[in-house]
Amino acid sequence: MNAPLKTDMAVGTQDAGTSRGIVTRTQLTLAAVALLALCWGFLPDFTVVMLCYIGLYAIVAAGLVMLTGVGGMTSFGQAAFVGTGAYATAWICTAPASVQALSGIVGMAGLPWVGLALGLVITFAVASGLGSVTLKLSGHYLPLCTIAWGLSLYYLFGNMQFLGGQTGISGVPPLVVAGFSLASPRAIGVLIWAVLLVSLWLLHNLLDSREGRAIRALKGGRVMAESMGVDTARYRIKLFVLAALLAALSGWLYAHLQRFVSPTPFNLNIGIEYLFMAVVGGAGHLWGAVLGATLITLLKEKLQDVLPSLLGTSGNFEVIVFGLLMVFVLQRFADGLWPTLQGMSDRWLRREAPRAVRQATALAQRTLPAPGTLLLQARHVTKRFGGLIANNNVSMEVKAGEVHALIGPNGAGKSTFFNMISGVDDATEGEVRLMDQPMLRSPSRAFARLGLARTFQHVRLLGQRSVVENVALGAHQRAQRGWIASMLRLDRAEEAALLAEARRQIERCGLGAHADAPAASLALGQQRIVEIARALAGQPAVLLLDEPAAGLRHLEKKALADLLRQLRAEGLGILVVEHDMEFVMNLADRITVLEFGTVIAEGTPAQVQNNQRVLDAYLGGSDDDLPAATGPATAAAAATTPQGATA
Amino acid sequence: MDLQIALLLGQDGIVNGAIYGLMALALVLVFSVTRVIFIPQGEFVAFGALTMAMMQGGRIPATLWLLVGMAAVVLVVEAVRFQRGSPVNWFATAVWCLVLPAFAAALVLGLRPTSLGMQAITTLLLITPMGPLLYRLAFRPLADATVLMLLIVSVALHGVLVGLGLLFFGAEGSRTPPFSEARFDLGGIPVSGQSLVVLGVTLALVMLLFLFFGRSMVGKALRATAINRVGARLMGIPTELSGDVSFALAALIGAISGLLIAPLTTVYYDTGFLIGLKGFVAAIVGGLASYPMALAGALIVGQLEAFASFWASAYKEVLVFTLIVPVLWWRSLSSRHVEDEE
Repeated sequence: MNAPLKTDMAVGTQDAGTSRGIVTRTQLTLAAVALLALCWGFLPDFTVVMLCYIGLYAIVAAGLVMLTGVGGMTSFGQAAFVGTGAYATAWICTAPASVQALSGIVGMAGLPWVGLALGLVITFAVASGLGSVTLKLSGHYLPLCTIAWGLSLYYLFGNMQFLGGQTGISGVPPLVVAGFSLASPRAIGVLIWAVLLVSLWLLHNLLDSREGRAIRALKGGRVMAESMGVDTARYRIKLFVLAALLAALSGWLYAHLQRFVSPTPFNLNIGIEYLFMAVVGGAGHLWGAVLGATLITLLKEKLQDVLPSLLGTSGNFEVIVFGLLMVFVLQRFADGLWPTLQGMSDRWLRREAPRAVRQATALAQRTLPAPGTLLLQARHVTKRFGGLIANNNVSMEVKAGEVHALIGPNGAGKSTFFNMISGVDDATEGEVRLMDQPMLRSPSRAFARLGLARTFQHVRLLGQRSVVENVALGAHQRAQRGWIASMLRLDRAEEAALLAEARRQIERCGLGAHADAPAASLALGQQRIVEIARALAGQPAVLLLDEPAAGLRHLEKKALADLLRQLRAEGLGILVVEHDMEFVMNLADRITVLEFGTVIAEGTPAQVQNNQRVLDAYLGGSDDDLPAATGPATAAAAATTPQGATA
Repeated sequence: MDLQIALLLGQDGIVNGAIYGLMALALVLVFSVTRVIFIPQGEFVAFGALTMAMMQGGRIPATLWLLVGMAAVVLVVEAVRFQRGSPVNWFATAVWCLVLPAFAAALVLGLRPTSLGMQAITTLLLITPMGPLLYRLAFRPLADATVLMLLIVSVALHGVLVGLGLLFFGAEGSRTPPFSEARFDLGGIPVSGQSLVVLGVTLALVMLLFLFFGRSMVGKALRATAINRVGARLMGIPTELSGDVSFALAALIGAISGLLIAPLTTVYYDTGFLIGLKGFVAAIVGGLASYPMALAGALIVGQLEAFASFWASAYKEVLVFTLIVPVLWWRSLSSRHVEDEE
């Protein structure tokens, strides 16, 4: 996370202005869909069956795209969720007990719908269970958990006699929609592709919203997302559940297409194959799911023809090719094949015209406390890492309408302290209060909710997203439209307000010209300013800035100082950690100096500048102050000074 | 169930637990040093066991051709890297790509070993170099990728190796003769010599690893890399070395486990996967970081499996794998703040 952000030029060519093409991407997509619809009746049977399977797999892969490419998680157990959906409807539609009990109420044609509901409910329960067990742990535990789940469910299906054991359940009835029986692949294929396209549309809308930005932020490191007020654990579970529900939906369609279910198509290998589809197609792009599903399905078909005769024995050998293909794609096209295609097509596609801005609603406004109000208070904060005392009895406060600077040599414990007053870490002893509320053991997002915003010493932006999107993430908690509203585009007015607010903050920070450029294409100093704009978008009362002036040129520093003065005049309380003494001394109202985790001085810039201990810490001090000591003690004192002098 | 059966099951659990413990050690080692969650660990077990079985059947193990093929590709890759100006450790490359495969080929094709001991050594020589070769081909180009990315590559490799296993060894399973035919009677409980061999070798390996990490320079370098990757690199420990050595150890441990388990149960080309995953459940008990906790986890997994096979044999695997859920839940209790991924 701390590595400098890479610039992805394929994404960064939005300003190229070469819009020679005749159609836009949306028009092209619609045309392709219309073409498919027109041809559907004339395609050969075999092609229709293949398209049905591609559609089914793409629904699952789309969920994995959301999970893997967008959210930075993954699952190897999607096949098990597909199985849950398939078995639920197969059991409801065929088991004598359920048919007897239910057919009287919903009729025979209604049974599949009960099956769908059951499959979704079970999937929801299992996915939220697995998600909540792993939510606090590092990201790799969830996929490991899904491997175990994928295997377990396969064995369960194979061993449960009421589900037909290894032979499975046959005689699943076809779907009947409004009197039409969807018995043939050509008929149910229409439903499959309708479900796929509607799902893609909903997911596309979700990604293009406040909630979508929060989901993308999951991948950019959870500490950053939490600081923006995003409950990362909740979002992770929701995303995992969403992907699982899509898989179950695909399973339901599968059962009514195949009219027969057995454990084999739901084992772990198939779960891994689904992931191949998402990754090969392009794990960050929804259409990558369709591309991946098409490629892998066609390739599998071919390989199952060719390989056994080539190798002289029969068996599941296509997995060798898939595996090698996967390793190759990940090493060479880490983003999958879709972005490559997209880059090639950019040349002859017209850019989308910007949408007309709708009437924006107002965002939640915070009334800032009166100047002089105590905003943030740390009392006797001590932090120990094992035997190492990083902060020792540190007290300081930030008031509304003042700039407080925290300075100290490298390794003085500034960052540790910063983490404790922003909820990233807990103090071992002592108390942190924000807006007069005890914040002991509160997560970062609780700090954010009370009006604390921060920047990071190592820039944490989503490099491939535009500056405006990054900044809009900062305003996350000033709006409330949820996932469903975003999917159905009911959030447009609010979204317009969020983006307008983001642009306002970008303008204010002087980056207006770069608002639509990918964040990673900016210079490091500018990226720091983007972080400040992002913090301001949350309309904070307290602003914590971790080395904001690092990497800025002289004029930029001056502009930053002016901005901070303006914010101070508006009544914000600002805490700055900074190494640039000129910047600090000209700006700060009060300064706290840390050395070796202890406060060695506090006061106005003038007081601090004349404090002997501060001078010692920064300028290497002189041995004159030390009590006259002989040989070894002097040597020891001399040995400690260079550490301070490196600041 | 009476005491006799309980003791028998317990003994079974300990023997299997020892194998899972070896898996868990290798997994923790590879993960902590290289951040790779090495799903194909179990494939080394199957490859080891089936290579041994093939040699005993008087055939030339197909793993030899795999080894030679991988070595050739790695040589090409290293040459290309050298051309492009990347530093190449030719000494290590020669060891993994030329010396060890040459030895193995000489043993397989020239000596055609007939004694159990020599066949075992040949097997180890065939399998061990595959670890570093796999690392160089699949993981080294992705050294800076996220844990998640490495995990996906790892799963893809698992697919490749299982497919190759089916191609090399066929769908039939094999069993090898035990290293010890002795039978003991311990207070009315029959104990097979092979079980004792498994336990003895496991304990010896654990001790050796302990000494390796505690005393040897390379072992200490690996530990340093596990604690702080960047720091270790700044101290002059090459990433390549740690990758090579940890994967070699993983492959060696896998092959030894294969030799140990083949006389106890029929090994199929895909048996290794389940064994490796059970090692994973154990390693997760230790948070993929603690060796002693991973070993303790392995014993729990072994016992759970043994007793589950008595009470609910059809659901044995389900019970073992769902153990991961309470374990993860227990681990998540101790971590309050969100962890940031690397």
